Amino acid sequence: MKYRSRNEIFASFSSKILLILITLIFLSPFFWMFSTSLKADHDLFLSPPLLIPNPLIFQNYKKALEYFPFFRYFKNSLLITFGTILGTLLSCSLVAYSFSKLRWWGRNFFFYLMIGTIMIPFAVTIIPQFIIFEKLGWINTFLPLIIPSFFGTPLYIFLIRQFFQTIPDELLDAARIDGASEFQIFLQIMLPLCKPVLFLITLLQFLASWNNYMGPLIYLTDESKYPLSLGLPQFLDRYGTHWNWMMAAATVSIVPIIIFFFFAQSYLIEGIKLSGLKG
Amino acid sequence: MKKSLSAKKKKDNVIGFLFASPWFIGFIIFTAYPILASLSYSFTEYHIMLPPKWIGIGNYTRLFEDPLFIKAFYNTLAYVAGLVPIGLVVGLIIALLLVKPFKGRNLYRGTIYIPSLVPLYAMATISLCFFSSYFGIVNGLLSHLGINGPLWLSDEKWVKFTIVLIAQWGAGTTALIYMATINDIPSELYEAAMLDGANKWQMFWKITLPLISPATLYYLIIATIGAFQIFDLPQIMTSGGPNDASISYVMYLYRHAFRYMNMGLASAMAWFLFLISLILVMLIFKTSARWVFYGTR
Repeated sequence: MKYRSRNEIFASFSSKILLILITLIFLSPFFWMFSTSLKADHDLFLSPPLLIPNPLIFQNYKKALEYFPFFRYFKNSLLITFGTILGTLLSCSLVAYSFSKLRWWGRNFFFYLMIGTIMIPFAVTIIPQFIIFEKLGWINTFLPLIIPSFFGTPLYIFLIRQFFQTIPDELLDAARIDGASEFQIFLQIMLPLCKPVLFLITLLQFLASWNNYMGPLIYLTDESKYPLSLGLPQFLDRYGTHWNWMMAAATVSIVPIIIFFFFAQSYLIEGIKLSGLKG
Repeated sequence: MKKSLSAKKKKDNVIGFLFASPWFIGFIIFTAYPILASLSYSFTEYHIMLPPKWIGIGNYTRLFEDPLFIKAFYNTLAYVAGLVPIGLVVGLIIALLLVKPFKGRNLYRGTIYIPSLVPLYAMATISLCFFSSYFGIVNGLLSHLGINGPLWLSDEKWVKFTIVLIAQWGAGTTALIYMATINDIPSELYEAAMLDGANKWQMFWKITLPLISPATLYYLIIATIGAFQIFDLPQIMTSGGPNDASISYVMYLYRHAFRYMNMGLASAMAWFLFLISLILVMLIFKTSARWVFYGTR
């Protein structure tokens, strides 16, 4: 018995060590980014590398922002992201209402068809989509990045539907007997009750748009329209040897996401579990 | 009475369709039509400016005579073989370490989860600096231990593995899903096993692993489809180099479609990828009957 408990203490101790080690590994890229962003030019290529820069060169941030039009990229990212969030909220909630609370011919079939489309690789649809947008003259505008969100995203429709299904039908029937139209029920009963899931969808869509790299890469050609996802790699191409400026630009670029995380942490973590589990 | 009933049914159908119409329109324009269109483009030579010209299976035969295509395909299989199992193990280990409540757990959880939120394009630029063979922190620390680190992203033999390692910074999402699933396992099962004298290791293999198998199935499907389409990390960090050792399938597809405007050939690549990932997903589903356990529900 004694042997066993000693064994257990050892196990819990070693798992703590492992956890701390893993956490350090997950923190280390940010530490290295921040440390590099404050280094003097001649300290960049020291071997072995300098862990904590001395002296601290805050000037790097000024230099980086001189060559890296962060605020323009930021504004473009924001425009695209807000556009897609608006489209997603409008379309997904409407469709989810139809798939959960309305009875119509073929509803379940189409619902499963929609779920099936989640598994189609984007590589298959992206070329004809590009050709459609090209024919519409939308290349080098934000429209190809924003407009599709107005036609619903299967995963989000699925999540909202799960939430809608928890609302009792009696509530809706009572409103129907009072003569409310389906649209009124949707707008005045369902949406107010579903604020948490709509908030979750907002967060997920925010991340998806903000982090999207391939979409802007395909559709945007004019540098003044670049979002952060194209701006940062472009800066890398041009000033790649100035690692301190580069990392200053990277630091500035991820600050919005880190701030976002601290505000949205609990919602996001719950949401990821939900979207992961029930899929 | 009967007539009004069927009229009501008709009206219900119309309203249901109307509410779902955004998805219907989107499905036709952005999914159904593109799938069929890319299938038909794949049998043509098509450069957007001129109308497509039918060439039969010419694109497909051309692909398999193209050494760079073979290389990109091989690289992608290597990415899948690395990303899917390593991501599973890393995510599961983190979940097991964090699943029981203890002081400061939220801080650990938050720290491990943040890199999954940081955009891949930012992770890619940071990783370049992190794994740099000359001034990166990895080789710096290794040299402290007296180890002469590899060239990582600049070494043909190491580059794919390095990219797989970098992708593990996103393991927080998998860990969260596993944590939620493990939390759902009834504690009586562990208590009963403990009474029977089972040790932790046995409990993991006999209770935890079978009961989280639905989440594993979900992970395998999503991760496999995702790994087949790896793009952002190699595109930004190496542009496919050195010596095309890291070029991925979708990177090569992207080059043909959006740089050389070879829409026909690129569509053939897209369809071949579609078929391969479909076959793999079906295989996973097929075997899942043997190892996925839907017991306690």
